[in-house]
Amino acid sequence: MSESSSDSSCPDRWVFYCDRPEWKDVTPLAQEEGPSPVAAIAYSAKFRDVYGYMRAVIKNKEISERALELTTDALELNPANYTVWQYRRLLLKELNKDLHDEFDYINQMIEDSAKNYQVWHHRMVLVEWLNDPSMELDFLKEALSADPKNYHAWKHRQWVIKTFNLFGSEMEFTESLIEDDLRNNSAWNQRYFVALHTGILSDPDRTRKEIDFAMKAILKATLNESSWNYLRGLLIHMDKGLLEEDVVDFCEKLYASGNRSRHLLAMLVDIALEDEDTKNDERALQLCEELAKRYDHIREKYWNYIAVSVKKKISSTSTTNHKSTENETSRGCEQIEDTVNL
Amino acid sequence: MEADSGSQETERSVGRERHDNEGIPTASSFAQEQVEEHVAQIFKSYELWSGLDTEVEFPLLRTAEHRKFLSASLSGLPESFGKLDSSQTWLCYWILHSLALLDSRIDDRLRDAVVVKLTNSIDKESGGYGGGPYQYGHLAPTYAAINSLVIIGSPTVWSSVDREGLKKFLYKVRVGDGSFVVHEGGESDIRAVYCAVVVAKILNIDSADLFDGTVEWIVRCQTYEGGFGGDPGQEAHGGYSFCAIAALYLLNALHMCDLKALMRWTVNRQMPFEGGFQGRTNKLVDSCYSFWQGATVVIAQLGLSGRESLELDTGKKDWIFNKELLQEYVLMCCQDEYGGFMDKPHVRRDPYHTCYALSGLSLAQSCREHIVGDVHKNAVKQIHPAFNLPLKKLTEAMDFFYGSTTK
Repeated sequence: MSESSSDSSCPDRWVFYCDRPEWKDVTPLAQEEGPSPVAAIAYSAKFRDVYGYMRAVIKNKEISERALELTTDALELNPANYTVWQYRRLLLKELNKDLHDEFDYINQMIEDSAKNYQVWHHRMVLVEWLNDPSMELDFLKEALSADPKNYHAWKHRQWVIKTFNLFGSEMEFTESLIEDDLRNNSAWNQRYFVALHTGILSDPDRTRKEIDFAMKAILKATLNESSWNYLRGLLIHMDKGLLEEDVVDFCEKLYASGNRSRHLLAMLVDIALEDEDTKNDERALQLCEELAKRYDHIREKYWNYIAVSVKKKISSTSTTNHKSTENETSRGCEQIEDTVNL
Repeated sequence: MEADSGSQETERSVGRERHDNEGIPTASSFAQEQVEEHVAQIFKSYELWSGLDTEVEFPLLRTAEHRKFLSASLSGLPESFGKLDSSQTWLCYWILHSLALLDSRIDDRLRDAVVVKLTNSIDKESGGYGGGPYQYGHLAPTYAAINSLVIIGSPTVWSSVDREGLKKFLYKVRVGDGSFVVHEGGESDIRAVYCAVVVAKILNIDSADLFDGTVEWIVRCQTYEGGFGGDPGQEAHGGYSFCAIAALYLLNALHMCDLKALMRWTVNRQMPFEGGFQGRTNKLVDSCYSFWQGATVVIAQLGLSGRESLELDTGKKDWIFNKELLQEYVLMCCQDEYGGFMDKPHVRRDPYHTCYALSGLSLAQSCREHIVGDVHKNAVKQIHPAFNLPLKKLTEAMDFFYGSTTK
C-alpha cells in the first residue's frame, strides 16, 4: 500500500500515513476480515491506510493534535463513522480546543453530507457545550433553503428552539416556507410544533386564527393533504373537535360547490362519525362508497372498513330501517370483518 | 372512472390517478409529476409487452438475477461502499434477509464466515455490536447482527451469543426517561428504542425495568397527522412510525396510541398512481416504504382488531392497503434488470432497497390468491412484520432463547 503515493483521487499529492515520518511510532491496526471474508468492502488504498492508523489511535487512546487531524481525514472518507466522531469529541475536550473553530468544520461537513445522523448530532453537542445557539437559526435557514424537507435539519431546529426558547419569529418562518411551497409538510409540522409550545393550541381564539389560516390554504389547493392534516390537528384541541361550527360550515360549502377532494370527503365522513346526531350518517355511508369506488379507489379496503363503523353507528343509534342502496354495502362489510380478523 | 378515461389504458392501470396540482405548481408537485412521468413510461411498456404472445406472465420477479446480485455482494463490495463501513452488520442483514426471502440456501461455509464477521464486530468494552471491527457498540448494528444470526443460525451459533454482555449494553444506552441513545454519547431517537426492544425480545433478556417509561416515550412521538416522528415533535415518517408501532406491539401496548389516526395516516401514504408508499405527506414514492408503511398497516390492523397475536401462519390474511398495486410498483418499477432493487426508477439499486422492497413484497403477498404475476415464480417467503425476519427461523430462534435462561 505504501509503494504509491500518487493516489489518483488525490491530485494534491496525498502522502500516506505509512510514509509520514511523524507517524513512524504507530503500528496501523488492520480490520480483521477472517480467512474467507463476507461482504468485504474493496477499500481504496487511502481508506485502508487512514483507518489502519485511526483504529490504532483509538485503541491506544492517544490524545494528541495529530490524532485530531487524523479524525478529519477519516471522517472525510466516511462521515458516517460514529466511532470516529465520538473519539473526535473526546479529543476536542481533552485538548481543550477552541470550539468556535470546530463550527467552521461542522458547517462544511453538514453542507457536504446533509442527510447524515452523525454530523447533526456533533453540531448539537457543540451547541450544548458552548451553550450558544446564536448561529443556529441562520445556519438552519440556509440548510433548509437547500432542502426544505431535510429531516435532520428540522430535528436540530426543533431542539434549538425548544432548548433555548427561540420561538420568537418561528411562526413567520413557517409561513414563508408554506408560501414558497404549500405542500411542504415539514413546514406545516413545524408550525404545529410552534403552536403547541407557545400556547396557541390551549387558547381557542388563537387556535381559531390558525383554523382560518388552514382553511385559506385548503381553498388554494383542496387536494393538498398537508393543510387538511393541519386543520384536523388543530381541531384535536377544540372542545367540539371536528364538529367546530366554522369548519363544518366550511366543509359543507365546499361540498355544495361541487368539490370532491378526497380529503374533503374523508373529513365529512369523520365529522358524521363524531356527531351524535345521525342526520349525516346516510350520506357518510354513501361517501364511503364513492371514495372506495371512485374518488379514492386505491384505498377501497380502507373505505369499506370505515363504512363498517358508519353502519355500526347507524344501527346502534337509529331504530328506523334503512334500505335502498344497502345491499352492496352490507356485502362489503362482511368482507372487511373478515379482513380485520387476522 | 374506467368509463371516462377513454384512453388506451388497459385493465392494469384502471383506477390509477395522476397528481393534480390544481393550478398551483410548487417544488413538491413538480417533483411528484416528474416521478409519475417515469413510472407512466414503465407502465406503458408493460402494457405493450402484455400484448405479446409470450409464456411469461408479467410482472416477473427476477429471482435468478437477484440471487446473483446478492451473492456477488456477499463475495465483495466495491470501493464506494467505504461510506457504509460503519454499516457492515447491516449489509450482512440486508443481503442475508433478501436471500432468505428468495429461499436461497445458505451453506455451512458461508454461515461460518458470517459468524466470524459478526463476532469480529463485537465491541467488548460496551458489550454491543459495532458497525464493524474496532467500532463502538451501537444499537442499530446490534439489531442487524442479531437479526443476521437468527437468519443463518443454529443452536450452536445461538448459544455463542453473549446475552449477558448485550444486556449490560442495553442498560448503558438506556436513558432515564424510557428512551435510548444509539451508542454511548450518540443521538437518541425512536430507531434506538425499536432496536433495543427487538434485541431484548429475541434474546429473552428483557428484565423488569429495562423498558420503564418506554411506552410513554413512544406515544409522545405520535403526531397530529397520526404517524410517528423520530422524536416528540418531529414530522410523521414511515420508518419511525414502523419503529414505534412495532415496539409498542412487542411491549404489548398497541392500544396506548391512537390506532385509528395511525391507520388513516399510513394508508394515505400509498400513492394513487405509482402504487408504492411515500415516507411522509407530500414526499415521493420509495420502495423501502413498501415494508416500513406496509408493516405499520399490518400491525395497526392487528391492534384495531383487538386480537393479541398475529397468528401469521394460519387462516386468511388480508391487509387494508392495496396489495396488488404495491406489488406492481415493486416488481415493475424497482427491479434492476441485473438484479437488486432500487428506490424508484432512474436511481441505482442497492442492498438496503433490495431488502426492504422484497420485505414489502412479502407482506403484500399475504395469501396465495393475492400474488401478482406467476404464483410459483413470484412468491417470496413470509416474514414477521414486527421483527422483519423469516417466520420459520424466528420461531426456531425464539424457541431456543426462551428454552434456556440468561445464566
